[in-house]
Amino acid sequence: MIDKKTIQNIAKLARLKISEVEADDYSQQLTQVMDYFERISKIDTSGVEPLVTPAEIEVHWREDVVEQEHTAEDMVANAPARAGNLFKVPPVV
Amino acid sequence: MSSNDFEAVIGIEIHVQLNTKSKIFSSDSTTFDSGDNENTSPVSVGMPGTLPVLNKKAVEFAVKTGLALGCNVSQKSVFARKNYFYPDLPKGYQISQHDKPICEGGSVSFVVDGVKKTVSITRAHMEEDAGKSLHHGDCTLINYNRAGIPLLEVVSGPDMHSPAEAAQYCRTVRQIVRYLEVCDGNMEEGSLRCDCNVSVKRKNESTLGTKVEIKNVNSFRFVEKAIEYEIERQIEVLERGESIIQETRLWDPDKNRTFTMRVKEDAQDYRYFPEPDLLPVTITQESIDKIRQHLPELPANRRERFKSDFGLSDHDADLLTSEREIADYFEETASACKNAKAAANWIMSELLRELNQGSKQIQESSLKPSDLGALIRLIDEGTISGKIAKTVFQEMWVTGKSPQEIVKEKGLVQITDPQVIEALVEQVLNENSQQVAAHKSGAKKNLFGYFVGAVMKASKGQANPDLVNKIIQEKLKS
Amino acid sequence: MDLVNSSLTDISNAVKDQKISAEEVASFFFKRMKDLNQSLNAVVFEDENFLSAARVIDSKISKGEELGPLAGVPFGIKDMLCVRNLPATAGSKILQGFVPPYDSTAVAKLKNAGAVILGKLNQDEFAMGSSNETSIQGAVQNPWNNKYVPGGSSGGSAAAQASRMMAATLGTDTGGSIRQPASFCGVVGVKPTYGRVSRYGVIAYASSLDQVGPMTSTVEDAALTLEVISGFDAKDSTSSQRAVPEWTRALSKDLKGIRVGLLKECMRSSLHKDVEKSVENSIDELKKMGAEIVEVSLPLIEYAVPVYYLIAACEASSNLARYDGVKYGYRSDFKNLSSVDLETFYSQTRGEGFGAEVKRRIMMGTHALSSGYYDSYYLKAGKVRRLFVNQYKDAFKQCDVILSPVTAAPAFKLGERIADPLQMYLNDIFTTSTNLAGLPGMSVPFSLSTDGLPIGIQITANHFDEQRMLNVAWALESVAPAKGKRPHVF
Repeated sequence: MIDKKTIQNIAKLARLKISEVEADDYSQQLTQVMDYFERISKIDTSGVEPLVTPAEIEVHWREDVVEQEHTAEDMVANAPARAGNLFKVPPVV
Repeated sequence: MSSNDFEAVIGIEIHVQLNTKSKIFSSDSTTFDSGDNENTSPVSVGMPGTLPVLNKKAVEFAVKTGLALGCNVSQKSVFARKNYFYPDLPKGYQISQHDKPICEGGSVSFVVDGVKKTVSITRAHMEEDAGKSLHHGDCTLINYNRAGIPLLEVVSGPDMHSPAEAAQYCRTVRQIVRYLEVCDGNMEEGSLRCDCNVSVKRKNESTLGTKVEIKNVNSFRFVEKAIEYEIERQIEVLERGESIIQETRLWDPDKNRTFTMRVKEDAQDYRYFPEPDLLPVTITQESIDKIRQHLPELPANRRERFKSDFGLSDHDADLLTSEREIADYFEETASACKNAKAAANWIMSELLRELNQGSKQIQESSLKPSDLGALIRLIDEGTISGKIAKTVFQEMWVTGKSPQEIVKEKGLVQITDPQVIEALVEQVLNENSQQVAAHKSGAKKNLFGYFVGAVMKASKGQANPDLVNKIIQEKLKS
Repeated sequence: MDLVNSSLTDISNAVKDQKISAEEVASFFFKRMKDLNQSLNAVVFEDENFLSAARVIDSKISKGEELGPLAGVPFGIKDMLCVRNLPATAGSKILQGFVPPYDSTAVAKLKNAGAVILGKLNQDEFAMGSSNETSIQGAVQNPWNNKYVPGGSSGGSAAAQASRMMAATLGTDTGGSIRQPASFCGVVGVKPTYGRVSRYGVIAYASSLDQVGPMTSTVEDAALTLEVISGFDAKDSTSSQRAVPEWTRALSKDLKGIRVGLLKECMRSSLHKDVEKSVENSIDELKKMGAEIVEVSLPLIEYAVPVYYLIAACEASSNLARYDGVKYGYRSDFKNLSSVDLETFYSQTRGEGFGAEVKRRIMMGTHALSSGYYDSYYLKAGKVRRLFVNQYKDAFKQCDVILSPVTAAPAFKLGERIADPLQMYLNDIFTTSTNLAGLPGMSVPFSLSTDGLPIGIQITANHFDEQRMLNVAWALESVAPAKGKRPHVF
């Protein structure tokens, strides 16, 4: 059971503001979904290494070479708020 | 109960900025003083769809450092995502290493107050740096130039018990990474950052006390002071019967104290999981061995060798191995003049003083080690006197010319012809007949030095002092 | 020239031979796209610069320059892929206004081959959905019947392709997002082997599952497009360095010696009778063409949905953390920034910027990764995933390709399932398993349901064996009862 308080904690961790109504919905839906997902606990996985990348892929590392394709202006052009070429956010201290 | 009943337990995390040309996961430049967000790209700003690609050099530097710190280098390590929100973190997660770091289980040794101390290295892992926040009161501005610069986080065991040990540990690690040329060690620019974990416990207790982390300590002197302050603060708290709060504190160098930055509430939940955008970091034993073979001589070994090969004292060996460049300079000078003691003295007294005054690094010196060696040889061969040598040194420092050139140009070759000196002595004694009489009668003592000085002056300092002494003595007897 | 019924190669050759200009081709499709889109809502951003791109192709041709295999071929691109200087929103409010200054590698390769981009195509928000109903730009209609969903998440690509708004489209597939809408709309949809196509510039949903692939009118067109977009990319550490075979050249309908595995578990599950019949027919046809049919089993497939959703949600919760109102996209309207605390800044922006399904999956993933749950959810899912891949490996010892339905039933009605997440997730059993194992899989249109809705057949092959998958699909396409059938809007 994922109760509303747990839902609010998860939402806080995920930085999602959710309404009371949403919290109710998510509590009910996530409980149902996670309960269903619980079934994987029945599978014996002792000694099994988890898999992340599902195909065999050769390692590729970069050479330590500088390449600058974009200007600072390109990088801040999409910012909701900026000051010069810096990103502007609320005061964090 | 006095503070002697307490013991401090200190562990240190050092963030070593690996001095690659490009970032750890993108090809942006890592130069320090670029314009706002100039060293960024869609990857380092965390734009949608962009992906990290690991910098080969960063891995090589991490392996190098791990080996120098005596660690086991893992043939397979794994990058993980550390998830948290902060504006300086463009992707909402930091790519770091969690349960499978690249280096584990090393140690470093150093001497504090004449006692050898060994501190264990729990692990060293690669990660990306965050951006920089500039606080402006009504807003904060973010610059991602630093975001993605490769870091190696070196984590010590909780093995230190005094501020001096902690500071010396940091110095030792800095010296090693500088020897390896994987980090410039510049603490003011943040290339090397020390976070100190400090707790105190009563000596008779075995369980560790509550740990407080001190961040933002940007010099070794501050490491020492901050820990000293923190130990005292914690003891006071405990003696009042209160308990230590687990928190992160910052060092305030102006007020000489630490202050609360954030209290670790219900411990941050970083939700680490393996980074699916990167494959595990696999390194063959062969390439690890190859890197090991190419490691430079490390400071501790070099110090011992300087003592045994050149007969240097602990102090001199320490000083001359403090930086790899100084040690290199010393060795080159010594080999050029075949007089290690003199080379050591000239470097420690004259050269380092000049460098300090000009705020220069030894590698920036216009005075080449081969020339300093040549200068020492000129003294040893009797071509110039030690006194003249200092003049020549000054000239070399300013002009960068070779000592031979300067000696020749200025006619500074030592006068060793006894007849020439005899003439000078006679001239001086004639000019000072009263003093000669006083000397001979014994009416005045200590005039001998006066005569020597006068002769040296008359020779413009070029007369061989031994000969001057000898000839004056002969003349005064007759 | 009958552009709506021409293959990509025919269009490209006609343009190269100057029988028709790239500009004429692009203009024709652009107009068709605009007209058809009024009802279908498949296109979310039009590329107003398509004419100049087409003219560049024409001028290169008149100068005698060598051009790629897609010269002058108009493409539509799922909004999940970044196209330089076109908005990229992934169907989400949180990316509102974002214009990437870079191309995804797949799109860059299309452009290099001479393709002309006409626009960005609708999708479920962040590719999370199977009905294209979670998009901020609104639902897409199925061109075969406007009461039905086109499938998702690449619903815009499927609908645009089925109505032939452009010559070909790209989609992305994390758990069936290419194959399911392809099946629902009667087009060919290929999810390549994980690592075959670069993910650079593709807005991430779940990094270890996402792949880009073509959605086209024919298997040949799909093979050609796949050939163009595949290959190693130095910007994607998970892209394979294997050489890209010339699939189009090696296409063959000769199925002698090909062993087709029929998935035991799927015939046992409750399939819609039309889907069941379609699968049976396709098996009969393959037998007639000389293929050997063997029964294979993947006992763990019943766990594919939970394993898939756990892994996808965990990766998504982290991949979507970058949408925070700092660097691009949506930021909540704060009247006075200086008095906003950081947590409110984030929570409000993200709370308003993400839709319900995306929030649900972020919450699911955050929960499954959080301390105390990691081992039993994310870690456990990763272990089952390995076991599952091992079962596939065993199956491919007995067969060359596996045949299965794409979904248990044809397209469903708009609004029918959106309210029940678990039921929606459980539809994805046959498609998610392919992504978990990183295998290539595709949907090829085969028959029509009694309601006149398309039904596709899914062919899955071993890692990097796209060739045999395409061959079997090509053979099936040639005998498909639905061959030549077109949606009513056509």
